[in-house]
Amino acid sequence: MAQKQFTVKAETGIHARPATLLVQTASKFNSDIQLEFKGKKVNLKSIMGVMSLGVGKDAEIVIYAEGSDEQEALSSLAETLNNEGLA
Amino acid sequence: MSSILKGIAASSGIAIAKAYRLVEPDLSFKETKVDNPGQEVERFKEAISVSMSELEAIRDRAKVELGDDKAAIFEAHLLVLNDPELLGPIEEKIKQDSVNAEAALKETADMFVSMFEQMDNEYMKERAADIRDVTKRVLSHLLDVKVLNPSMISEEVIVISEDLTPSDTAQLNREFVKGFTTNIGGRTSHSAIMARSMEIPAVVGTKEATQEIQNGDLVIVDGLNGEVHVNPTEEVVEQYKDEARRFADQKAEWAKLVDEKSVTRDGHHVELAANIGTPADLEGVRNNGGEGVGLYRTEFLYMGRNELPTEEEQFESYKAVLEGMDGKPVVVRTLDIGGDKELPYLDLPHEMNPFLGFRAIRLCLEEQDLFEVQLRALLRASVYGNLKIMFPMISNLVEFRKAKGILLDVKEQLIQEGVNVSDDIEVGIMVEIPSTAVLADQFAKEVDFFSIGTNDLIQYTMAADRMNERVSYLYQPYNPAILRLIKMVIDASHKEGKWTGMCGEMAGDEIAIPILLGLGLDEFSMSATSILPARTQLKNLSKSDMETLAQEVLTLSTNEEVISTVEKAIKL
Repeated sequence: MAQKQFTVKAETGIHARPATLLVQTASKFNSDIQLEFKGKKVNLKSIMGVMSLGVGKDAEIVIYAEGSDEQEALSSLAETLNNEGLA
Repeated sequence: MSSILKGIAASSGIAIAKAYRLVEPDLSFKETKVDNPGQEVERFKEAISVSMSELEAIRDRAKVELGDDKAAIFEAHLLVLNDPELLGPIEEKIKQDSVNAEAALKETADMFVSMFEQMDNEYMKERAADIRDVTKRVLSHLLDVKVLNPSMISEEVIVISEDLTPSDTAQLNREFVKGFTTNIGGRTSHSAIMARSMEIPAVVGTKEATQEIQNGDLVIVDGLNGEVHVNPTEEVVEQYKDEARRFADQKAEWAKLVDEKSVTRDGHHVELAANIGTPADLEGVRNNGGEGVGLYRTEFLYMGRNELPTEEEQFESYKAVLEGMDGKPVVVRTLDIGGDKELPYLDLPHEMNPFLGFRAIRLCLEEQDLFEVQLRALLRASVYGNLKIMFPMISNLVEFRKAKGILLDVKEQLIQEGVNVSDDIEVGIMVEIPSTAVLADQFAKEVDFFSIGTNDLIQYTMAADRMNERVSYLYQPYNPAILRLIKMVIDASHKEGKWTGMCGEMAGDEIAIPILLGLGLDEFSMSATSILPARTQLKNLSKSDMETLAQEVLTLSTNEEVISTVEKAIKL
């Protein structure tokens, strides 16, 4: 299993467009991908799951990926977070 | 077969196009047990996949025709349709409980909807609406019912509906909506006001438009005479095409007066101003030669959302309107909410008589925090133009003094914070309650101006609910009782060197204008599209003749007598 921690820098947290992009990115991979915030884990391929976490600015989040393409998934998600100025 | 429906002419003009029924589809179903859950799951997956390709097509078209912003909503819908946390439990439920897909979908989706609705965040609450929309779409495919996509209308249509709410109109692709007709409503209902601000013809209150008109029927909306022709003959269509051309010519004639002042034949100037709801309405005000904004209804800032607008949001809107009017007067009415205009997030108790209840200034004086935010935003914006503030639903002087006291406190506070505030802001009141009209001489000593709100003044004076069609015959603007109240208010203001305006529908009415001019009304505020016809009419009237006419009608006894006397005098 691969995992990586991020700190959310975006003023609005992970809402709307950023959440959409993360879920779209995660959905491209076969691995099981999860997002953890404040001890709660949700499926990162689920838009409703991600938004239900209410991730705000300065939140510490961890992304877990497990499966055949876990490394690519993780680096691709890190890139999305970066490009969007989220983390 | 052709037929004619009668209704209320709510917005002038002629429109001829195919009907588009904006009617909620029937998505009711029964929960049943299925014999073959595996097959039911397949049926569900099929509905999902049809919905997906439909949404993808809509999204692609929306991107091209409406832009990425509008397309984003469909992107979100697609993600919901793809959501494993939604689909998984539904499939589980079908398999475990052997229920039909409709029931499994509804139950699971409802759970998510209520979860999102309970969240303490506006954005999350909006997602509940996404889930509801998506559920409707999938349900419609399971039930084989056609679902509506009003934002994707791509040919000229006449919209047919029970009523049109603000959220319905927001969804419409305005470019292609040439007119509309509804079953319910009157000249002052939201749908009518909307039609006039969109400058498209509308006939409301036809009672049976949705029963009588099918999708694709050819429809003529005659917003001049309040008629709707369904599948008219070729001959009638030709007549109406001529009529539409004549109306367009007349509009062109009116348009020549855009930059002129509103002056009577004998040289008396009055101000013709516009009623607006949002900064977006300013374009219409400019195109129609408005000399000011006589009523800015700020409640639209508060409606159609899930939380109060912030001070900043309000400030931006007020500033936009003040700057947009370029130094011309802008009368802003403070929040007029409650009663029939509900704000779900304020959680106000249901009332037996909302029009006589806890609304407008009554609510603002009780919920002072909310009131102060609006006043702060207004005062901060005041340096960007010619702001006048007006309080709605004032029934006695104590209310006015309290409201003005709060305004002055807020102003003092802003000045101490070092914020620039205009020193020259007139503070007035709406006169819509008879007690205030009767005591206008006392009010006139303390207020800077009056603005008569005739829609409410008439309903309170005649004790007739203006939303109740059975007593609509009592909505009598020309009843001498109303005219005498108006005279009292105008006279009282002039005696103290103040001015009186009118911001109800009556101010733009061709029977009322001669009387109001004769009574000495200073400012007439109306739907923007009424301004140029009113200016044309005023140019041909003489103030001194109308003074004589006004004196005469004040001595009459009924609404009908006033109408026929005025019609004779001005040869309508």
